[in-house]
Amino acid sequence: MPLFLTEEQTMLRDSARQFVGDTAPVAHLRGLRDAADPVGFSPTLWKQFAEMGFAAILIPEADGGLGLGHVEAGVVLEEIGRNLTPSPFLSTAVGAVTALRHAGQGLRSHWFGRIAQGEAVAALAIDESAKHRPEQIALTAVRAGNGFALSGTKRFVTHGHVADLIIVAARTEGQPGTRDGITLFALDKGAAGLSARPERLADASLAATLEFDRVELTADQVIGEVGQGWAVLSALLSATRTAASAELLGVGGGAMDMTTAYLKDRKQFGVPIGSFQALQHRAAHLYCEMEVARAAVLKAQQLLDAGDAGAERAALVAKAMTGLATTLAVQEGVQMHGGIGMTDEYDIGFFMKRARVLAEAFGDANWAADSLARMGGY
Amino acid sequence: MTDLDTFRAETRAWLEENCPPAMRQPIASEDDVVWGGRKAKLTPDQRLWLDRMAARGWTVPDWPVAYGGGGLSPEQTKILREEMARLKCRSPLQSFGISMLGPALLKYGNEAQKLRFLPEIARGEIRWCQGYSEPNAGSDLAGLQTWAEDRGDHFVVSGQKVWTSYADKADWIFCLVRTSREAKQGGISFLLFDMDSPGVSTKPILLISGYSPFCETFFDNVKVPKDQLVHQVNKGWDVAKYLLGHEREMISGMGLGGGGLGSGGPAALAEEAKRAAGVEADGRLADPLLRAQIALFEVRERAFRAMSERFIDELKHGRAHPAQPSMMKYYGTELNKARYELVMAAGGADALEWESEASHGGAKARAWLRTKANSIEGGTSEIQLNIVAKHILNLPGA
Repeated sequence: MPLFLTEEQTMLRDSARQFVGDTAPVAHLRGLRDAADPVGFSPTLWKQFAEMGFAAILIPEADGGLGLGHVEAGVVLEEIGRNLTPSPFLSTAVGAVTALRHAGQGLRSHWFGRIAQGEAVAALAIDESAKHRPEQIALTAVRAGNGFALSGTKRFVTHGHVADLIIVAARTEGQPGTRDGITLFALDKGAAGLSARPERLADASLAATLEFDRVELTADQVIGEVGQGWAVLSALLSATRTAASAELLGVGGGAMDMTTAYLKDRKQFGVPIGSFQALQHRAAHLYCEMEVARAAVLKAQQLLDAGDAGAERAALVAKAMTGLATTLAVQEGVQMHGGIGMTDEYDIGFFMKRARVLAEAFGDANWAADSLARMGGY
Repeated sequence: MTDLDTFRAETRAWLEENCPPAMRQPIASEDDVVWGGRKAKLTPDQRLWLDRMAARGWTVPDWPVAYGGGGLSPEQTKILREEMARLKCRSPLQSFGISMLGPALLKYGNEAQKLRFLPEIARGEIRWCQGYSEPNAGSDLAGLQTWAEDRGDHFVVSGQKVWTSYADKADWIFCLVRTSREAKQGGISFLLFDMDSPGVSTKPILLISGYSPFCETFFDNVKVPKDQLVHQVNKGWDVAKYLLGHEREMISGMGLGGGGLGSGGPAALAEEAKRAAGVEADGRLADPLLRAQIALFEVRERAFRAMSERFIDELKHGRAHPAQPSMMKYYGTELNKARYELVMAAGGADALEWESEASHGGAKARAWLRTKANSIEGGTSEIQLNIVAKHILNLPGA
């Protein structure tokens, strides 16, 4: 498969670009932030996303979805990133759907239709510390009745305070630091013993700390096999890392577009500042970094869609590379805008804040590079 | 089984049978590279491997059969390269004729020139050098002054070139000369001629690597027959630009390690570093900062590999931006320099040896120093960034 978008994928990108650009440009985020919106995204907009078919992209056709792939999901995510649109797309349409694709028929028929129709929003409860360390999962799931009881704390759970479905990674056996003994659960909203404390992050998004105090679940809520959840978690994380990479591409691309437009427009010493070689070289270098990152993301998406064994590594490369490239894009963006780039009134700072949050999510560039090194045996 | 599967199976079988075991060993030093030409001294295995590959046209697999090529499709060419990589087969021939002049002749040469020059390039019979840069015309290439006087059926060439790679070892030169002083780019012509012609002399330039791959080259009233002019008089800039695109692609390929000393990839670098620095109890390299540098390099290398794949796919489908080779050249060469910094850091004191047998005559240190030219030759990194800024980002002129 050639490493560029097919005609159909380009058409999808164009319609996503128009839709997201029209309905949720950066002003939409600004409005939610200024209103101190307690949800973190617009449920009305999410419903429209679903009407466009976006929420069903990764849901198999047999389950009533579109049966498309990570390339298509990424095309939508890039536009979400470009417009800094607060959206449950990543956690719901990519993360939860990927996990549920490994679930039994009961969970699939319970959730897929609702997700596709924009009636259910999902959150991913994985991290427990300030840095992404999935092997360190300590939240316990002990047998209780014909099911399990969860106890512990999850952090950095985007939409965790409003989600209808929470995918929880828990430990049914073993010690933190091991991959065996992890089990994934599909938890419903409002379970007894579950409390959520949302915190607003630097980018105005809301991430919850979830406290589990003997939250009871039935055996039907297990995704995959008890104690064998690492494989599903790993698939979920590769998908979400790749998805976050696609969103980062959009954030970096949006920042770069703003910046190059500014370089052409802004005059100093009687000429556009973009005519200065010092700035041209930095802008051209940034372009190269973004293009290399773009290729890495598409590679990861294609390998995920092909079920290729190299997908996990490719997802790590994509996450690290987009983390590095987009961080550069937003830093150069603010710097090249000069003083105006430091003002809240101007949008470039919003790109910097979102990039920071996404670069941290599901493992930052250092963590991803370290994981590659371990896989490479060094 | 598809046709391509059959092709792959047959190719694999042929390579297994025909590639001598010695030609499946990593290249240890520059002396190991086969450049061909009249003065080449090949080992029997090198000779056998080159002749067998050339007989199938597989030194230039995607060129037409009539010109000594293999006539393979892009997909078949890719399979051949993959199977060669799988068996660790060395490239049978390293050649500016293949990577630079050949593509330019295929596009701009007349039929007689194609039939005369391309097959001997494919067989590695003539080693070529490139006469582009002059003492005052490097990055400002169109400022070149070497003069070719039109004498009816031939030109008479006088002037000086510099940084002529391997001019002292080359048999022929593809050379940019000025045939008109009226227009800077529009007064340049593209000539081919024999380095044994009367009036040609070369002088190697000693470099920081201790090698002299580059030369000064002097032309004193060199007679060049008119049928060795490629394309048209005063239209040589078109050929030169086209060829430069191929040169940049070739150099950017170094970002992937080529067949060089760092080509074992990050894991091999880390193995080397483990030998030099030791190993932690959990098996990790006992130099956490070097390990981090190798790991971050691995990220960029793998990402650049994807970029290269994308670029080739876009080229094949006619979708590549014309300035794309500049981006590839810039990133690939910077990456290759980073690779060799890590080669040196991973080897420690062993990599610094300059003459010992164990170090293959200081191969690592010399190769490391050689890479510093990557971002200068074929258009400096700064020139590539100018091109990206102007032609892709459309930033205003200074």
